[in-house]
Amino acid sequence: MSNVDTSPARAHVPITHSHGPSMTDATTAQTLTMIDDEPADETIVFDIEDLSVYYGDFRAVTVDELSVREHEITAFIGPSGCGKTTMLRSLNRMNDFIDIARVEGSITYHGVDLYDPEVNATEVRRRIGMVFQKPNPFPKSIYDNVAYGPRLAGVKKRAELDDVVERSLRGAALWDEVKDRLKESGLGLSGGQQQRLCIARAVAVEPDVILMDEPCSALDPIATARIEDLMQEMKETYTIVIVTHNMQQAGRVSDRTAFFTTEVNPDGERRTGRLIEFDRTEKIFSMPEDERTEQYITGRFG
Amino acid sequence: MFTTPATAGEHAAASVRAGLTRQDRDVAGMAMLATLLFTTLVTLFILVALLAQVIGESSSLLGERGVDFVTSPIGSDPDKIGVWSGLYGSIFIGVFVVLVAIPLGLAAAIYLEEYANAKHRLTRLIMVNIRNLAGVPAVIYGVLGFILFTQWLEPVTNGQSVIAAGLTMALLVLPIVVITSMEAIRAVPGSLRDAGFGVGASRWEVTRDHVLPYAAPGILTGTVLSVARALGEAAPLIIIGAITGLLPETSLTGKFTAIPILIYQWTGRPKPPNSEFAFTESAAAAGLVLLVIVLVFNASAVLLRNRFEKSRVGS
Repeated sequence: MSNVDTSPARAHVPITHSHGPSMTDATTAQTLTMIDDEPADETIVFDIEDLSVYYGDFRAVTVDELSVREHEITAFIGPSGCGKTTMLRSLNRMNDFIDIARVEGSITYHGVDLYDPEVNATEVRRRIGMVFQKPNPFPKSIYDNVAYGPRLAGVKKRAELDDVVERSLRGAALWDEVKDRLKESGLGLSGGQQQRLCIARAVAVEPDVILMDEPCSALDPIATARIEDLMQEMKETYTIVIVTHNMQQAGRVSDRTAFFTTEVNPDGERRTGRLIEFDRTEKIFSMPEDERTEQYITGRFG
Repeated sequence: MFTTPATAGEHAAASVRAGLTRQDRDVAGMAMLATLLFTTLVTLFILVALLAQVIGESSSLLGERGVDFVTSPIGSDPDKIGVWSGLYGSIFIGVFVVLVAIPLGLAAAIYLEEYANAKHRLTRLIMVNIRNLAGVPAVIYGVLGFILFTQWLEPVTNGQSVIAAGLTMALLVLPIVVITSMEAIRAVPGSLRDAGFGVGASRWEVTRDHVLPYAAPGILTGTVLSVARALGEAAPLIIIGAITGLLPETSLTGKFTAIPILIYQWTGRPKPPNSEFAFTESAAAAGLVLLVIVLVFNASAVLLRNRFEKSRVGS
């Protein structure tokens, strides 16, 4: 609903995608944090508590507490190997496909434990869609790429499918570029177009949440900007969680940022990932509480 | 180094030219290319020689008798015999392999690759066993088939019938089908599965809609190999009890024979004094017929594969 848009932070500083907070906005951000009162009725989509993900005996990442709010963009940032992608993939149970992966602790989605034995992982993924690092369209036509999800969900009428395909492609800002060649292969598109096709495919099943795993890392700056613009429009409808290597991107697009880093695993030799700090993006980028966050933000490591 | 004298520039260009135009490293490459070309030609020569031998040997017989050779039953007069009973048996063996071994093998491959926990000890045991089974000699399968299909399952197969032979051959090629299908499924990129799961497809939907179409060309290559193998084997059929003498009638549950058996038998028989053709000519002609059957099976697989490959890139 509109509770996000009317929050004090938004009322005072109309943040647009291209002019997000940066390190030079320190004064503005300071004012922001002082008036940053959380509206109490904000809907929490994911609530993560005391979570650890293991690969066999190896603990890959630990999160003490993290909550993702509705119609916000939450960014996971941090150096390589800090477990942000592992964390993201636990949110829609994509880690189930790794035989040795195991989750301890609790992730609730709208109050329901995602790892409850009664929960059907396929239904989870139908509601929590995913966009991957490398664009991965199906080797099918553009139309069939988008129509695949709705068809699985039982939409059979041609007119209905046509409608979903057009709506999804418009939603992914791709319609005008491909409307005359819907029958052509999705693999014939450029990298940026392919990624938007993947977004359209994710949107077509009308999910509640869209997880994005470094969606722009294989794209050029122009394609990246388009996807970032798109994310701003999408968050009106969806809740977005994005993993990014690119701090500037997190600063530009996200409402909240979670900073992960690696630390020496007390029960082993290998380094393990940990959530260090989670807050409003303006705060993380201007007055981080943890020294490691500050070092990473200012480019001193990572 | 803000300015360079002209002479120095020329000198530099000359040394760069010398470096860029040297060819000596290509000598080893050329030698390798020549070797590869030679071995390829040897392989090709053997194939062509084989075909020429078979065609040369059988041309006068086929030229005179033609279709009559294909439709005649086996017997003792080399001027009258034909491959009909063998052709019937071989085609049925091929059909059994396609209908029994391929669905079974493919299902096993799908289970092992897509569903089973690859780290589990039982899964690993099964995989090792399948690999070993692929290396078991055909004669052993003949013994197994004899016990299993002609004795234990006698009520179903009616003993030494083409059903027993087809099932034995299906058993023989099953490990090959499983292994080649597994390799084909394993080659499907994980990102394709991710894409399917990401829009909420179930394991089976992802397998059906994305993994199998993508793996289809590889799976079909495996089936081509296995059908060709089943059509060419003679050893298990000898043990199952293929007929070599007289076989006037062909039926599913009666006595049977197959082309490899005929070739084996006819090659060893002397030419009767008063006949026009030798048994060896019949053997060559039967070989040609077998080659044609294998080609027909393979061609249909290639056609299917091309269809799948087209759909792999999207239409």
